[in-house]
Amino acid sequence: MSTGQPIGEVFIPSKLVLPLQQHIGEASECLLKTGDKVLKGQVIARANGYVSVPLHAPTSGTVTAIDKQAVPHPSGLDALCVTIEPDQQDTWIDIETPSDYKDMDPSALRNRIRDAGIVGLGGAGFPSFIKLNPGARTAIDELIINAAECEPYITCDDMLMRERAAQVLQGIQVMQHALQAKRCIIGIEDNKPEALKALSDSLQQAGIDSIELQAIPTIYPAGGEKQLIRVLTGKDTPSQGLPLDIGVVCQNVGTACAVYEAISHGRPLLSRIVTLTGDGIRQPANHEVLIGTPIDEFIQHAGGYQDSVKQLIMGGPMMGFNLGTDQLPIIKTTNCLLALPQAADSGSKNAMPCIRCGACMEVCPASLLPQQLYWHAFARDFDKVQDYKLFDCIECGCCSYVCPSQIPLVQYYRFAKTEIWAQERDKIKSDHARGRHEFRLERLEKEKQERAERMRKKKAALQTSKGKKPAADDKKDAIQAALARVKAKQQGKPAQGQNTDNLTAEQLQKIQEIDARRAKQKSGETDTGKKPDTNHTVE
Amino acid sequence: MRFNKTTSPYLHNENNVSAVMKRVLLALIPGTLVYCYFFGWFILVNITIACITAVASEALMLALRKRPIKPYLSDYSAVLTACLLALALPTLAPWWLIVIATLFAIIIAKHLYGGLGYNPFNPAMVGYVVVMISFPQHMTQWLTAQHGLDLWQTLQLQLFGITPASVQLDAITSATPIDSLKTGLSLQKPISEYIQSPLFSFSQGTGWEWIACGFTLGGLWLLYKRVISWQIPAGMLLSISAMAIIFSLINPDQYAGPIFQLFNGGTLLAAFFIATDPVSASTTPKGRFIYAIGIGVLTYIIRTWGGYPDGIAFAVLLMNMAVPTIDYYTQPKVFGARKP
Amino acid sequence: MITAIITMCVLAAIFGLLLGFVAVRFHIEGDPVVDKIDALLPQTQCGQCSFPGCRPYAEAIAKGEADINQCPPGGEATIDALADLLGVDSKPLNPENGVEEDIKTVVTIDEEICIGCTLCIQACPVDAILGAAKQMHTIITDECTGCDLCIPPCPVECIYIIPIKEELATWKWPSPEAPQTGDKPQKQIMGAQ
Repeated sequence: MSTGQPIGEVFIPSKLVLPLQQHIGEASECLLKTGDKVLKGQVIARANGYVSVPLHAPTSGTVTAIDKQAVPHPSGLDALCVTIEPDQQDTWIDIETPSDYKDMDPSALRNRIRDAGIVGLGGAGFPSFIKLNPGARTAIDELIINAAECEPYITCDDMLMRERAAQVLQGIQVMQHALQAKRCIIGIEDNKPEALKALSDSLQQAGIDSIELQAIPTIYPAGGEKQLIRVLTGKDTPSQGLPLDIGVVCQNVGTACAVYEAISHGRPLLSRIVTLTGDGIRQPANHEVLIGTPIDEFIQHAGGYQDSVKQLIMGGPMMGFNLGTDQLPIIKTTNCLLALPQAADSGSKNAMPCIRCGACMEVCPASLLPQQLYWHAFARDFDKVQDYKLFDCIECGCCSYVCPSQIPLVQYYRFAKTEIWAQERDKIKSDHARGRHEFRLERLEKEKQERAERMRKKKAALQTSKGKKPAADDKKDAIQAALARVKAKQQGKPAQGQNTDNLTAEQLQKIQEIDARRAKQKSGETDTGKKPDTNHTVE
Repeated sequence: MRFNKTTSPYLHNENNVSAVMKRVLLALIPGTLVYCYFFGWFILVNITIACITAVASEALMLALRKRPIKPYLSDYSAVLTACLLALALPTLAPWWLIVIATLFAIIIAKHLYGGLGYNPFNPAMVGYVVVMISFPQHMTQWLTAQHGLDLWQTLQLQLFGITPASVQLDAITSATPIDSLKTGLSLQKPISEYIQSPLFSFSQGTGWEWIACGFTLGGLWLLYKRVISWQIPAGMLLSISAMAIIFSLINPDQYAGPIFQLFNGGTLLAAFFIATDPVSASTTPKGRFIYAIGIGVLTYIIRTWGGYPDGIAFAVLLMNMAVPTIDYYTQPKVFGARKP
Repeated sequence: MITAIITMCVLAAIFGLLLGFVAVRFHIEGDPVVDKIDALLPQTQCGQCSFPGCRPYAEAIAKGEADINQCPPGGEATIDALADLLGVDSKPLNPENGVEEDIKTVVTIDEEICIGCTLCIQACPVDAILGAAKQMHTIITDECTGCDLCIPPCPVECIYIIPIKEELATWKWPSPEAPQTGDKPQKQIMGAQ
């Protein structure tokens, strides 16, 4: 539907909203403050931790806000974003002169890719530099390039390959170098003959024989990482493991093109191709869009909605999520915006009971038993759900698609997954709290014992120093001394202060002055008969 | 612009429960037509009685359980249960027998266990077994082929229990081949003695074999349309044939051969339509195979050494009980869980 | 008749000896089920179960002195898990002990009002309050379990309950059976980060 026109040119919108978290991992840390001027390609947020990448300004302008705004996410929650008002000048920052990737050390190459802010553009957004690290191995067996684009309606990779095949291939070569891959295979669905031709022509022209081009049957979800690896290499990724465990790395064609831009031209990731399609759009097409472009402005620029539009989906119709509003920014992982004229289904309201037909099991690409997962998620039996390998589910939606009872199966699995994660977090928290509580009890116990110990020592000390004098007599002596002091006071004798031995001359003088003052005060009082004011609060 | 929010996927195929049920009903038509050809209007009257009872009782139960009536009634599952039950019950069974069987099937075997999707036992078979055990005499009232009764006479006989003037009841009732086999065996007669009678020969058309062929056609169409999976019919037919072959080779006089076992007594109807009931059958591919083999074996055992002429109903119910265990032990290996 | 009685007696004797032997030979010190019960409790140490902490409650359950449905912070999930562990039927939360809160909360001290009396510090079961006599007190939010035990002792009522705000990282998909939200405006609630 959207392949009729060439990729639309980039345009600069009225504002750019850049969430600090557009990738899997830790959110980037903002380096600027409101009012700062930025240039195109300037780093506005640095990577925070290992699983993180920096964020760059897609065009020149001024930072107008750094605050929480609505971001594209199924929850509809806010997150911290940097808002830039473009000055329409599109001034680039000075870029480092790029060097030939073949001369670069693979780890330097990876750092460059990280510094360019490149994440997986196929939809997941995992920092690419981590995936391009072979880890403990010295080299990997296969680099698989995912050009399958299996989800219906999405055509951004198709158009990219048709128009920029040469750049894609160069990017792939860079990745091959970074991974020291023995083999490189591009997996592309056979419903893309133009892209296939463009790629094979380009391969021939460039004389590259290290990259293989392989057409695969067009069945959804052939573009799923594990499924694609299986089709192209016959290897099975271990359950809940990574492809790296079997010596395979899978990257998207869009990511390859971004890598080319970063390494050969020094340009960071500032824009991406987005498919705007569906019967709710007037002119379905692909466009290159600056990251951070507000969706409503983009759609207006691209021709606007049809009046019949009812739903806006970010991503494809099988795995995307629908947006509550179009006042949201386009982010690095936005591969498609799909506007449909039919309203969304309302969850499980219209669902019939499961008739155990097994259609879901027949279509599951991960060979799971969606029916059992459903029953146990329905019963909130999260242990059993994990027994049936819930976390191997790739949420492709095939099971929900075929279910005759129209049960929203994928929603159950997502619900179960987040519940399980929340329970795990709670468990960690409660174990931690238990530890603190037990430590506190120990601490109190220790303090009590120390106090008791001190008491005992004091008592023992008292006993030994005063000979065999029993404690009761000590007390009596103290009381007698106190009574004597009171009597002396009443008789007007100056109080026999305590601690009056070994006083210096200065101290003696001071005492005499104080005594004199006191005597004067007292005589003054007895004359007037005034009682001292007892209502003063003692400060 | 603001939009509505739900979760993916946002596409769905056109399949739904009523479409599945309707396809199965369609597949029953060839067999039913052959049945009518041989045995007249009776079967249609029975089916009508059963359907009306089923739909009425389902509506009643849905109202009592405070569930929405229209979506559940229009999914045709009650109609399907009624048709299968009517096809399984004897042709001359009185109307009240059919009503009792259907009521039991829908109310007790289906709704009291939780309704569509929750019944562990096949409702049609439960209804059949209940009347089989409670009214054994009536369950032997089968018709002769080509008896020549017209619609009005049929209605008189079935609904009102009035024997029409020109009809001799003895003349129109007869045993099915499988009934005869049981009686014959119990009388210690060798099979060869009665197997030559017109009752048993294929070409002479008592009708039962042709009806079975009709159902097979329908079943194959269902397989083609991927409404049912091949494991259940294959498993059941293979196991019955295997057992029949083995035993009839050992002693052909005492044990009927595989063709006989397959084409008589509702084996093919059960293999394609009854055992494949998705709610009560096993769900994993291997499990379905084991389930179907179990049904086949038990059917043969009950037919040959048990007390009833046709053991399919009991076999199905017994295997329904085993389904959870079978499912548990036959889970497929998850993608990536195989050892490389 | 006599043989039957003798047989029964002999059998009883044999089995009795066997049981006694096993009881001695495989005897375990302590009560490991207490640890298992404690592992399921939320460790809020709030005392709503009428025991001074989660461990005493776990011990009481193990001894049979307390029922499994007395823990509001644990809620239905904990009751079900305890029922599973002990092989008993699950039951609803006992309303006498409190209600299950939907939103997790922590507390915060209003520093303008705090007088530095340390009464809340002594009350906190997980030492989540930092401070000393006549010094400012503050809640370490990450350690606070939301038990609210610090609120009654405070003489100037400077401790407030605040809900933990939902973050992207901790957001959960709603259950498919819950009514679909449709168009809901964003709710801005002042909450802990």
